[in-house]
Amino acid sequence: MSLPRLENAGVDAWLVRLFDAIDEANMPWLTALSRRCEQAFGEALIDLVPSYTTLLVHYDPLRLDAGNARFLLTDILANLQPDNDAIDSEVKELPVWYDDSVGPELSRLERASGLDRAAVIQTHGEHEYCVFALGFAPGFVFMGSLDKRLELPRLKTPRQRVPAGSVAVAGRQTSAYPRVSPGGWNLIGRTPAVLFDRNREGFSLLRVGDRVRFKAIDRQEFERLGGDTTPVSSGEESQS
Amino acid sequence: MSSATLGALRVEKAGPLATLQDVGRFGSRRLGMTQGGAADLHAFAWTNHLIGNRWDAAALEVVLGGLTLVAEQDTRLALGGADLQARVDDRPLTPWQAFTLSKGEQLVFGSPTSGVRAYLAVPGGFQGEPVLGSLSCVVREGLGGHDGQGRALAENERLTFSLTEQSRAEKTRAVPVDQRLDYRQPAILPLIPGAQIADFTGGSLFRAFNHAWQVDTRADRMGVRLTGPALRCRHQRMISEGIALGAVQVPPDGQPIVLLNDRQTIGGYPRLGTLTPLACARLAQCQPGEKVYFAATALTQAQEAYRLFRQAFS
Repeated sequence: MSLPRLENAGVDAWLVRLFDAIDEANMPWLTALSRRCEQAFGEALIDLVPSYTTLLVHYDPLRLDAGNARFLLTDILANLQPDNDAIDSEVKELPVWYDDSVGPELSRLERASGLDRAAVIQTHGEHEYCVFALGFAPGFVFMGSLDKRLELPRLKTPRQRVPAGSVAVAGRQTSAYPRVSPGGWNLIGRTPAVLFDRNREGFSLLRVGDRVRFKAIDRQEFERLGGDTTPVSSGEESQS
Repeated sequence: MSSATLGALRVEKAGPLATLQDVGRFGSRRLGMTQGGAADLHAFAWTNHLIGNRWDAAALEVVLGGLTLVAEQDTRLALGGADLQARVDDRPLTPWQAFTLSKGEQLVFGSPTSGVRAYLAVPGGFQGEPVLGSLSCVVREGLGGHDGQGRALAENERLTFSLTEQSRAEKTRAVPVDQRLDYRQPAILPLIPGAQIADFTGGSLFRAFNHAWQVDTRADRMGVRLTGPALRCRHQRMISEGIALGAVQVPPDGQPIVLLNDRQTIGGYPRLGTLTPLACARLAQCQPGEKVYFAATALTQAQEAYRLFRQAFS
């Protein structure tokens, strides 16, 4: 861990900058920091926004002033130890039907990587990904790091409508769209998993710090698990 | 609650965007859920106060008018914020006061003469099914609001409230004149300088605080884009991190974006700093083309101003 920095983020928030680069090894530290903030701030904690290298700590300025909030954070940081439970936690598995009809950029990924289809699917599926951040939409996770060979730039023009469950790659990250939304990532398949559910405790299937693996399934299994087979047309290739 | 104790306002004409809002959704941003909540916290809090409500009771945020509501029972109401030329049947209604709407009467919102967002409150607040602890409507996420599905009001829908709270509402009350904002005056927006401030060029910093910024047409509950002299930062993009209410992000084109209540939870542009909550409230009342100014303020001073504001309503 580099020297952490505290940056002012308004009348009711401090941003803790723990790292300067994206790395899976960051996550146990960020998880530990979140837990310690919950304990130390108690009722004065309003919200936490973890991301790749930072944690935004949103506190109640009626209970704590900026100086005291800063003092609490400094104190936590002085004794912070990584939360290794996060590493040992179970790996969550996302079933994926990799197919051109629901993953029109699958063939582009083959061309770009020089791998055949089976190898692309195997390479995407064999890595244990780390959830770095949630954002963009409820339940949308940013996972990495993708094998270098599978790196593709975002689409030149984002799609207006990406179907729910679409499994996608962009740069060295991968994810799945929890619901229908616009999006510029390359689609390579679809998962029948429900990523965000208001009736589930905790709502989002995946959380920052979780470890995730994709598992290839066939169409029959995809349909059995309730997946939607409606095809999607291919997106415009990025020139960058 | 039985229907006998419920009152309702029926939507006769929906208008462009009228949504139920409270102070926002908290504790769920780590799940990617936006904050939401009343975009003009100052007008929202005063409107609730007018009718004896808790400061965070759910009120209706009416954007740009065009809305007609009809009372199904006699009820007390309060109106604050923008002047959208509201009238009760044919009687003009000035904002910043409580009033009575009798059964069958129409409350009509016209078009804005000052500001863009009006707030309408009922005793006890409008009712709904909270999602993650809040009734705030976020259209993009399909969360909250009068139907829980994140939808703006539509024709023939009903907004319900408790009739038993009516007796507690004060009979006549108006906001003190010095607390009623005139949204036609130029907006001076206190900004707390942020972490990347030193990464902007000296000329950019001078321009940021000494020139007028114009509110762009791209302005909504998510954020307000400002146009003016281009600001240059040595860092063009950063690793995405949590963004606070009022964060002033500067993308590579040098035109700042002020992030408001419905902003996404993380973002990756360098920040000039953060507007105070009351500056966000004022900005949320600006129409496209209006001029605004940034005024640097110290964190301690901004926090004190916010605490005084909040304490006035608790």
